[in-house]
Amino acid sequence: MNAYLILEDGKVYKGTAFGTEKEILCEVVFNTSMIGYPELLTDPSYAAQGVVMTYPIIGSYGLCDEDRESERPWLSAYIVRELNRIDSNFRRDIDLDSFLKQYGVVGIQGIDTRALTRHLREKGTMYGMITQGAEPNLASALEKISSYAEPPVVSIVSRNSKYVLGKGNNTKIALMDFGAKENIARSLVKRDCEVTVYPYNAKAEDIIADKPDGIMLSNGPGDPKACLAIVEEIKKLIASGIPIFGICLGHQLVALASGFDTYKLKYGHRGANHPVKDLKNGKVKITSQNHGYVVDEKTVSPELAEVSHINVNDGSVEGLRYKTGKLFTVQFHPEAAPGPLCTGYLFDEFMSMIEGGNA
Amino acid sequence: MPRDLSIKKVIVLGSGPIIIGQAAEFDYAGTQACRALHEEGVEVVLINSNPATIMTDKMIADRVYIEPLTTDTVKKVILQENPDSILPTLGGQNALNLAVELEESGFLDEHNVRMIGTTAETIRMAEDRQDFKDALERIGLPCATSTVVNSVRAAVEFAESIGYPVVVRPAFTLGGTGGGIAYDQTELQEICSHGLHVSRVGEALIERYIGGWKEIEYEVMRDANGCCISVCNMENLDPVGVHTGDSIVVAPTQTLADKEHQMLRSAAFAIIDELEITGGCNVQFALHPTSFEYAVIEVNPRVSRSSALASKATGYPIAKVAAKIALGYNLDEILNAITRKTYACFEPSIDYCVVKFPRWPFDKFVYATRKLGTQMKATGEVMGIGINFESALMKSIRSLEQNMTSMRIPEIMAYSDEQIAEFLKRVDDRRIFVIAEALRRGYSIDKINEITQIDIWFIDKIKSIVETEQLILNNFNTEALRRAKLLGFTDGDIAKLVGKGEEEIRSLRIENGIIPGFKMVDTCAAEFAAETPYYYSCYESENEVDPASDKKKVLVIGSGPIRIGQGIEFDYCSVHCVWALRDAGYETIIVNNNPETVSTDFDISDKLYFEPLTPEDVRNIVELEKPYGAVVQFGGQTAIKLCKALHEMGVPILGTSAENMDKAEDRELFDQILNQCAIPRAEGQTVYTCDEAIKAANEIGYPVLVRPSYVLGGQGMHIAFSDAEIDEYIGIINRIQQDHPILVDKYIMGQEVEVDAICDGTDILIPGIMEHIERAGVHSGDSISVYPAQTVNKAIQKKIVAHTRNLCLALDIKGMINIQFIVKDDEVYIIEANPRSSRTVPYISKITGIPIVDLATRCLFGEKITDLGYEYGLQPEKETIAIKMPVFSFEKLYGAEISLGPEMKSTGEVLGIAYSFEEALIKAFIGSGVRLPNTKKIAITVKDSDKSEVLNIAERFSKLGYTIYSTKGTADLLESKGVPAISVLKIEEGSPNLIDLILGAQLDLIINTPTKGFAHNRDGFLIRRNAVECSVPCLTSLDTATALISSLEKAEATTLSVIDIARI
Repeated sequence: MNAYLILEDGKVYKGTAFGTEKEILCEVVFNTSMIGYPELLTDPSYAAQGVVMTYPIIGSYGLCDEDRESERPWLSAYIVRELNRIDSNFRRDIDLDSFLKQYGVVGIQGIDTRALTRHLREKGTMYGMITQGAEPNLASALEKISSYAEPPVVSIVSRNSKYVLGKGNNTKIALMDFGAKENIARSLVKRDCEVTVYPYNAKAEDIIADKPDGIMLSNGPGDPKACLAIVEEIKKLIASGIPIFGICLGHQLVALASGFDTYKLKYGHRGANHPVKDLKNGKVKITSQNHGYVVDEKTVSPELAEVSHINVNDGSVEGLRYKTGKLFTVQFHPEAAPGPLCTGYLFDEFMSMIEGGNA
Repeated sequence: MPRDLSIKKVIVLGSGPIIIGQAAEFDYAGTQACRALHEEGVEVVLINSNPATIMTDKMIADRVYIEPLTTDTVKKVILQENPDSILPTLGGQNALNLAVELEESGFLDEHNVRMIGTTAETIRMAEDRQDFKDALERIGLPCATSTVVNSVRAAVEFAESIGYPVVVRPAFTLGGTGGGIAYDQTELQEICSHGLHVSRVGEALIERYIGGWKEIEYEVMRDANGCCISVCNMENLDPVGVHTGDSIVVAPTQTLADKEHQMLRSAAFAIIDELEITGGCNVQFALHPTSFEYAVIEVNPRVSRSSALASKATGYPIAKVAAKIALGYNLDEILNAITRKTYACFEPSIDYCVVKFPRWPFDKFVYATRKLGTQMKATGEVMGIGINFESALMKSIRSLEQNMTSMRIPEIMAYSDEQIAEFLKRVDDRRIFVIAEALRRGYSIDKINEITQIDIWFIDKIKSIVETEQLILNNFNTEALRRAKLLGFTDGDIAKLVGKGEEEIRSLRIENGIIPGFKMVDTCAAEFAAETPYYYSCYESENEVDPASDKKKVLVIGSGPIRIGQGIEFDYCSVHCVWALRDAGYETIIVNNNPETVSTDFDISDKLYFEPLTPEDVRNIVELEKPYGAVVQFGGQTAIKLCKALHEMGVPILGTSAENMDKAEDRELFDQILNQCAIPRAEGQTVYTCDEAIKAANEIGYPVLVRPSYVLGGQGMHIAFSDAEIDEYIGIINRIQQDHPILVDKYIMGQEVEVDAICDGTDILIPGIMEHIERAGVHSGDSISVYPAQTVNKAIQKKIVAHTRNLCLALDIKGMINIQFIVKDDEVYIIEANPRSSRTVPYISKITGIPIVDLATRCLFGEKITDLGYEYGLQPEKETIAIKMPVFSFEKLYGAEISLGPEMKSTGEVLGIAYSFEEALIKAFIGSGVRLPNTKKIAITVKDSDKSEVLNIAERFSKLGYTIYSTKGTADLLESKGVPAISVLKIEEGSPNLIDLILGAQLDLIINTPTKGFAHNRDGFLIRRNAVECSVPCLTSLDTATALISSLEKAEATTLSVIDIARI
């Protein structure tokens, strides 16, 4: 069946439907990872987005349950050049088409994804609509797009009750789940941590009362400024003096809690090839990234924090090390999945910070 | 670290002659690196024995030594030039070995020369089997373990320690005979005891069996600060067992999930960290298809064939970045030349699919076994870029220029079901086409996977192509057409399937708006705006190329894959043509499909189209760009073949017209012109059938030369002595459908000479006359060629110049021509004329200092030689003598006949330059790998008609203290003339015979002239093959042998000098 992607600037792309067929509105973003679509599909940070894959052949190895980063896909739509029809991998549990159908995710293939990416790069991330069947009426589609409001994504993707992983392990970590990728918890459990996962709306007092050795603030979807209630709780967590490590949205929320500002990037950083320089030792590592917002370096108060990592491509802030308390945060994803495993050492630094070392 | 300013003058080592396993990729890497060094103000001293390379140009390096790649040479150059550093990572394994030898001898330290780009320790760790294994163990990585054993007991013990199955490879046996795969102890005992028995040294290698595993490669880079990046990962379609150079390779990997990918990527990083690599490195893994188990197969701590492929596949200039790292830079300090916004410190993301297809020489070596294994056999490769695997594969197939445009090979489609079943099991160059046919006959994907162990993902893609064929056959409509074009079918393929004309399909396509667009290779999947003018076609909605230009555009047609007869020299010519055009103010557009070359580097031309060189593919570019003209005379036969098509597209051919080119190829038209110019030639006739050929041969009188017209490198050319041989040769020629007649010529035995000439329409310039050491009958590309000609007197020279001038003017040549003559009894006969650039142009340019391609390019636009600062006529001879020596790759091609004849067999060449003939000859032999003496024992077995001539050679060897072995007839003759000779048995007479001597590593040299014909199963063939496989030089022409003994006689008394050709 034909399917159409209409962007807010009136550009229309025609393709073929797969996955679930339904009309959907979403923010359209592109990702340049060539490998790792199962992790990406199940990354809650893509909640409510339509993701364009720049690599043209997608679905080549199906999906393996153990590669999921959460129990289900959270994105609204998946936009590809070619849905590969056979999946070849010994671990494969389900094919991509069936997976999207199972969870109500809209798919569209046969799109000139390079042309679309170039357009998004030039014009910036846009809202869009996907429909199937007959060619849509452009005017009414644009009207729907213009009245689209992003849903409260963090509350949708966060687990709604507290639970424990790695029970009995040595170090007690509180993980605030704003849409956490499971590999964050796995990375901690692997380092002998007992991880208690708290929902996004957990109160700082309750977390502090549980006496964690360290607090992990997870990644998550959307605009950090849509999470001001969480920012208030984070201020209290910072004040508690408990060591904190923040990733992605967690990083942005700590910045907001410290009085710094964030802004939206033209078309975000989404991919597995972003070079990040650790300013402490000058070493550059290739990182996995997925963010549309970034901390504004100009607003970082030098009394409170210093920029610890920068993006080699555009110089944007990739990490902050706070001078008050044991607190550091990064914009990229040391938990990888998908992407390079080069920055997993940051979890080790978090561990030594907890043990009292100078991470 | 910023640039290390103490590095001011660097020796760069090249890789030497083109051989199988070492093609143009090192010229590409070396040239790119030299340019990067120049950019940084470093003085470059280049050493490479290969004169056909671009890197040995004085515009690429400041000092150029075209000298044998030996420690002796490098030492002399160091003493002469006083460099501060040596960069060995760009010249393949040879260069690494040389550098380590120099380091270990203490010479580098002694002369304050630093090794940059790597360290001797790194090279040793990567190369030494035990050191490498230890390094892997230290970082906890698995390697494909192996050990050498001398007893069955040791083999069993080792196998128990690593687990079955294991591979047994007996040492020093022919083509791996006596080996096998053992699945348990009983099998191992059986195979190993046999293997040890057949091994002359009673030795065998026992290796863990990983056949059938996925073969995955990573191209990684690391700087001195420890920053690692993975430029590209690649997956071989052919599982482990086929050399990666002989595998169809796809980039990026397709069947790895992120966990597998990250596991291998991290392992690659761990390796380059442990080896402390600074620069580029290739890591090959075997990955078990149904588990996370893997093994490290190999690590190459340098640029390689794979890094060239990765560079072209991603747009990331690995060699350039490696050179900058060698100068001290870190990755985040090097700007990405493509985006000019980002840095070299990132990992390319590609948004298309790349397929590399090997180019094998089995069309030249019809008797060589086509089986593929761990010994690489391909001479070159092509790359196809598409937005899907199918189109990338289809593009690569038609780029091979092997009369294939699709997966439909008539010969294979005619196989019986039994043959298909049988051929599916064979691992050879045709396997992928056999798979396609099996799918047509209803084989399931799983069944084919079970037989071939090729991943179902790839088999399904072939199936997708086969299904599209069926769609076109059974239900042809616009949608089928659209799908076929998306998957890379040509209009011609579709036309054939539906029984229409190609033009009809094309019109239908255009009517329905099915036209290709071009997309950019930009390293970053469109994330950043890039300005790289590097494009590929696809049937998609958007075209990214802006054809607007305020300059006149000239299309330069490249030369496609490296093959015997058309090597790197044509890339040299194409690149120089582009540079000359650029200097003259034109916008240059290159079309080519060879990832190993300099011409396909994105910053050589104003625009690079990485596309197959077929009329349809070129037409797509022509219609978009509307060039002012096209240059075809520098891209070898590949470009010449497109002449007619370009003419029909309305693109003016710059230089000699298509019509006049045809006159040089068409026998009758050419004869008319020769008559008109009064240039004599061997009597000959044009025939179409075998009967006609036999009739012609009898009229002319044997021996005759039989060959197809319009061929390359004497392909299919034979000297026939009888009706029976004509019958056999015509049969071989007709294996490929002939659109053109077959030529039968009288074979004249004389002195062969060759000229390259430039004609500006008024008069000609001849840079020099070259003379061949081997008498006519040996292909010019396989002959030792001497400049300036030593035996051609002034009168003959005059005749040669006059014939050349007359022919050029009669053919209205504008640009280049190459003419071969035979001189016999003071008469100069023409053999053939090629109205294009030739194999000898780079070497003659370098040695005479005349920029031949530049001048010829200027002449294409009507400029006159005299206006360009040169005189007409034969140029004055240089004092230096340059001898071009062919280099062969016979040891790689099991079963190939090595004796020289009219069909070209060499893969590359080296040059010896000196102020005396003998010294040049000695250098040329050393450069080509003939390094004598060792045992001072030689064997001579020649055909009866050569026996008297060989006497002198034998006598001279004997005088130098060589012991001569011969079969009884020859030995008796030698003895009777006072030359001591030891008689050995013929093969059928039992042991010890000549083959025993060869296998026993007792011989330095064999002189063997084959008895006539293809006589495949004769003693001579066995002797030659055994010699080749045991690395004993084997000369099959007495002229070569005479040259060799002449050089040996002078060797001791001659001190070899090193000459900087930038200063002669």
